[in-house]
Amino acid sequence: MAEAIVFYGLAALILGFAVLVISTRNTVHSALYLVVNFLLVAMLYVMLGAEFLAAIQVLVYAGGIVVLYLFVVMLVNLKRPPETHQDPRRQTRLGLALASALLAELAAIIVYSATGESAPAATAAAAAGADIAGGNVEQIGMLLYTNYLIPFEVASMLLLVAMIGAIVLAKREL
Amino acid sequence: MPAGFSAADFYNILPELVLTGGALLVLIVDVLTARQQRGLLAWVTLGVLVATLLALLPFSDVNTVASRGLLAIDGFAFFFKLVFLLTALVTVLMSSSYIEVEGLRAGEYYFLILCATLGMMFMASGIDLITIFIGLETMAVAFYILAGFLKPNRRSNEAAVKYFLLGAFSLGLLLYGMSILYGLSGTTNVRELATVLASQERNALLIVGLVMVVAGIGFKIAAVPFHMWAPDVYEGAPTPVTAFLSVGSKAASFAMLLRLFMEGLPFLADMWQPMFWVLAVMSMTVGNLAALTQSNIKRMLAYSSIAHAGYLLIGVVANSSRGVTAMMIYLLLYVFMQLGAFAVVVMLRRQDVAGDELKDLSGLYFRYPTAAVAMLFFMLSLGGLPPTAGFMGKFWLFSAAIESGFIWLAVIGVLNSAVSLYYYIRVVVFMWMKEEALGSPIVASPSMAVALTVALAGAVVFGVYPRPLFELAQESAQSIGGVAAAVSALSF
Repeated sequence: MAEAIVFYGLAALILGFAVLVISTRNTVHSALYLVVNFLLVAMLYVMLGAEFLAAIQVLVYAGGIVVLYLFVVMLVNLKRPPETHQDPRRQTRLGLALASALLAELAAIIVYSATGESAPAATAAAAAGADIAGGNVEQIGMLLYTNYLIPFEVASMLLLVAMIGAIVLAKREL
Repeated sequence: MPAGFSAADFYNILPELVLTGGALLVLIVDVLTARQQRGLLAWVTLGVLVATLLALLPFSDVNTVASRGLLAIDGFAFFFKLVFLLTALVTVLMSSSYIEVEGLRAGEYYFLILCATLGMMFMASGIDLITIFIGLETMAVAFYILAGFLKPNRRSNEAAVKYFLLGAFSLGLLLYGMSILYGLSGTTNVRELATVLASQERNALLIVGLVMVVAGIGFKIAAVPFHMWAPDVYEGAPTPVTAFLSVGSKAASFAMLLRLFMEGLPFLADMWQPMFWVLAVMSMTVGNLAALTQSNIKRMLAYSSIAHAGYLLIGVVANSSRGVTAMMIYLLLYVFMQLGAFAVVVMLRRQDVAGDELKDLSGLYFRYPTAAVAMLFFMLSLGGLPPTAGFMGKFWLFSAAIESGFIWLAVIGVLNSAVSLYYYIRVVVFMWMKEEALGSPIVASPSMAVALTVALAGAVVFGVYPRPLFELAQESAQSIGGVAAAVSALSF
């Protein structure tokens, strides 16, 4: 019960800050709201017993990524307010209507399925992870270097592609 | 070697290993050679692709699961890998002269082409949501960069940014859908997903997950209403990249779609068949109608490729082994006709001519008869006139639909093919009946000539003698599980 209260509290805060990130006009404030958002998500990981992921979330996202954002905000001049769109094809109202319809549908389905049976899958997933002994870091390491070795290695190629892409696109003359 | 891995696990991904090593080799050769000798890089890339193809051949009738159930090495994967490598080969052949004219960086260009191919190969053989997603991401990131490779060109910048932003959003949707599927089943393995979800009571959340996944994949195959990006990106990207994007990325996304829906969610067919029915009809109709008014060849081919995504979705809706076979045949034929058409467009790009407007084709027959005749074949083939390859492909797709009871879908498909003939024939009219366009003479480099010959040979030979292709596709389609069990009684 207490767990549920903490979870719903956290979820509400996460959503609230996510809305603040996109609704505030000041980009620095927006980035700072994002930090809070990341920290709250890290707490969600702690609740799920994934302390290592929580630490990584704080280090990489709250630490690294947001600092990058702030650098970009400082380097790019955003003093000038963004121009309002004059494009008649923007169809904001239609978009808003469609988005609200989607939201209503999602909410209805979630409420409907929550009143039904509880998810049996979570226990299955927990059981699948439990056969590897050891601490959190050890477990993740074992999974990454045994079961998920191939995706792990492909991810390294993905990062190489991204790195080379950044150089190609950003550097004026190679 | 990690516990639980054997030498066989590494042998099974030999083609991927060769390709990865080759991609890195291209980067190294790029650094080691002088600027004037960069033409060498195209040869190295071709060598890498041929080596990968040779490494792939022993797997033609292997059917096994590798690296702890993450990859399926089967006929289905073999066929699609063949398609990707063929596409990459023809793309590289048509790129070399274009790179010179545009003054692009050859090393990174070829590296990214190879990495995109690598991602596609993992998408085709992945039977785990994680492998499939990582493969998709590798391919997508390579394409985001390739789309923006013409740095001084504003349209190319726009293409890259648009493709990146919309692509990231759609990947988010896909990932959200996948996470819901994982949450409901507790497994990321596609084959386990089928058994676990089949034994459960149907959860309403499953629909949400399904819709998200359909939307994510719909973006990748450029099906209406997720197609908005395609015309702008196809127009702005460098032409050989557009060719590669419109064939390779589409084929890989269809491979992923078949794996996910036919192997992972076959028992939900009564839910996803209507969705794909609507997508197919909308893609065919909107794509063909929008293509009618285009004056830019690349935009026209973009809308035509949206329409082709619609035709291909007919095979998904049919949800039968025959439908899968028809889709695979069509995809391979599409490689030849679409790449061939783009090869001619690449030829039109000269020092002084951008060459992507319809009027640039004017009088092509009198300036370069062979290119005009080849283009004629590609256009008729894309339009689906007999006796070309496109006709055979469409014939199989429509007959698969009829066999599964989707007669109206086949009728709409035939009507759409008739509409599409108008804009394909218009290209022919420009080539034969208009005044010659200005600009320097059109020449084909030797590698371009080879690319055109390969594409033309494929489009002609398989139109007249499709039997070997049909047998290969039929055999490859066998290995995709659960198809027979999933044929549902649903019909419109």
